[in-house]
Amino acid sequence: MALTLEQVRHVATLARLSLTPEEEQRYATQLSAVLDAVAQLQSLDVSQVEPTSHATLASSLLREDVMRPSLPPEKALANAPASVGTCFSVPKILE
Amino acid sequence: MPLSDFQPVIGLEVHAQLLTHSKIFCGCSTAFGAEPNHHTCPVCLGLPGVLPVLNQRVVEFAVRTGLALECTVKGTSVWSRKNYFYPDLPKGYQITQYDQPICEWGRLVIDTPAGEKVVRVRRIHMEEDAGKSVHDATASAGQSLVDLNRAGVPLLEIVSEPDLRDSDEAVEYLKSLRDVLMYLGVNDGNLEEGSFRCDANVSVMPKGSTVYGQRCELKNLNSFRFLKQAIEYEVARQVDVLESGGKVLQETRLWDVNKGVTRSMRSKEEAHDYRYFPEPDLPPLHVADALIEETRGALPELPRAKRQRFMSQYGLPAYDAKLLTAERPLADFFEACAPHAPDAKKLSNWFLGELSRLLKEEGTTVSSVRFTPTQLGELLGAVEQGTVSINAAKDVLGEMFRTGAAPANIIASKGLAQVSDVGAVEAVVDEVLAKSASEVEKYRAGKKNLYGFFVGQVMKAMKGKGNPTLVNELLKKKLGD
Repeated sequence: MALTLEQVRHVATLARLSLTPEEEQRYATQLSAVLDAVAQLQSLDVSQVEPTSHATLASSLLREDVMRPSLPPEKALANAPASVGTCFSVPKILE
Repeated sequence: MPLSDFQPVIGLEVHAQLLTHSKIFCGCSTAFGAEPNHHTCPVCLGLPGVLPVLNQRVVEFAVRTGLALECTVKGTSVWSRKNYFYPDLPKGYQITQYDQPICEWGRLVIDTPAGEKVVRVRRIHMEEDAGKSVHDATASAGQSLVDLNRAGVPLLEIVSEPDLRDSDEAVEYLKSLRDVLMYLGVNDGNLEEGSFRCDANVSVMPKGSTVYGQRCELKNLNSFRFLKQAIEYEVARQVDVLESGGKVLQETRLWDVNKGVTRSMRSKEEAHDYRYFPEPDLPPLHVADALIEETRGALPELPRAKRQRFMSQYGLPAYDAKLLTAERPLADFFEACAPHAPDAKKLSNWFLGELSRLLKEEGTTVSSVRFTPTQLGELLGAVEQGTVSINAAKDVLGEMFRTGAAPANIIASKGLAQVSDVGAVEAVVDEVLAKSASEVEKYRAGKKNLYGFFVGQVMKAMKGKGNPTLVNELLKKKLGD
């Protein structure tokens, strides 16, 4: 299944990746190979098999609705490249 | 074709914040109004190496809501990742439910001028809220500020089918849904603070057609009035586009409160490819039949059923019943007072009149009322027996409202008791008529509009405490009517 360059660019845009023309070519080839490998599974008849979204726990563990202490704001902001007061500061969001 | 030849088609997507103490996947507080980023932790900040753990009350609230809206509650539902980049979404994805939501196919009955209408509910799912971007004066040019207190607050998204046909139906549906959620105790119904939010999908088609037109999604509808205005604007806009030979484009449009128009949010368009996939950090959710049945058994009486009962049990008009049952605390208080009041309709008048006025004036709710149902019953009884006039009773209610003092004490201490003693009133009437001989003569000669003058004089002499029925009766008798 050959992925077009256009599809590669679309996925790259959604992932906020900027690719050179060479990279676009290379990823088109590599991603197509991945899709081909997965496509082989399509030949199996799984109509009688329950879809499996997870391989581990059978069901969600739930927790009680109890409040626990939050981080002090200076810790919450410790990794932020920029902050104002106790807010994260980011480049202006248009609109 | 004129506007009236087009049929609007509307569906609503509602996001309701759930009234839990802690967030959906971590123990941070959900309280509104904290200083920015004071309710955050590694989970809701999206730091590496953490895992979400689902809050069980979120599941309980979702089941409760689903059952109240007559949905099928799924034994198994699945969490998904919705991927997009925005500064208020720290993980770069939102944990939500996509192809297997917890509830499907319910309904909500609303009132329209043409009678009852069933609006189908397509799905209800659970998800986490995003944070908040601030673009106010504290942010300098080229900068936006982000507060993640709201990130991870639990939401229910409730999606209707496109069954609504005009802006009034949309408003009625939204109000009815809000009433139900508030009755269930799962949401506080606050549109202004954004804990109850609504997006509208709007399209138009020629009347009689069965094929829907292209729809637009309207955002920023944070009041019932804006919802109505935005839909009406958008319907007219789409008709204009079609009439001038154009095509309606599927897009997200923002309601501009100041200009009263909807405008395109172009940046939203390319982002609509969310690449959902099953959330690897959370296994599928199983809801036991026992929980579903237990929740079904514990559902409160809902606004519509309560309204119908108020009409049959208390003999109230539909209008009264609807207002009294719109909020559960008011309805509960009415029912607590009813056994003590001489007449349910009169009690309703006091609730919807003077009591509502007092609550509004004090900016408070019925839960903070200081008087007891018995005391209100005593006051209404006193009015019924003519011990106090209706006007004086309003003052007494105000005092009861503020102090919780017994009505009898207030009437006594303020000297508000009405004089209903025939002899006492008669003496005053006689005195007034004697003093106003010339007016009496004119009245008897046919100048009937002088009647008000006599009533005024008697009431003045009695400092407003004369029983009006008795005053009228005696005046008419003495004047020979």
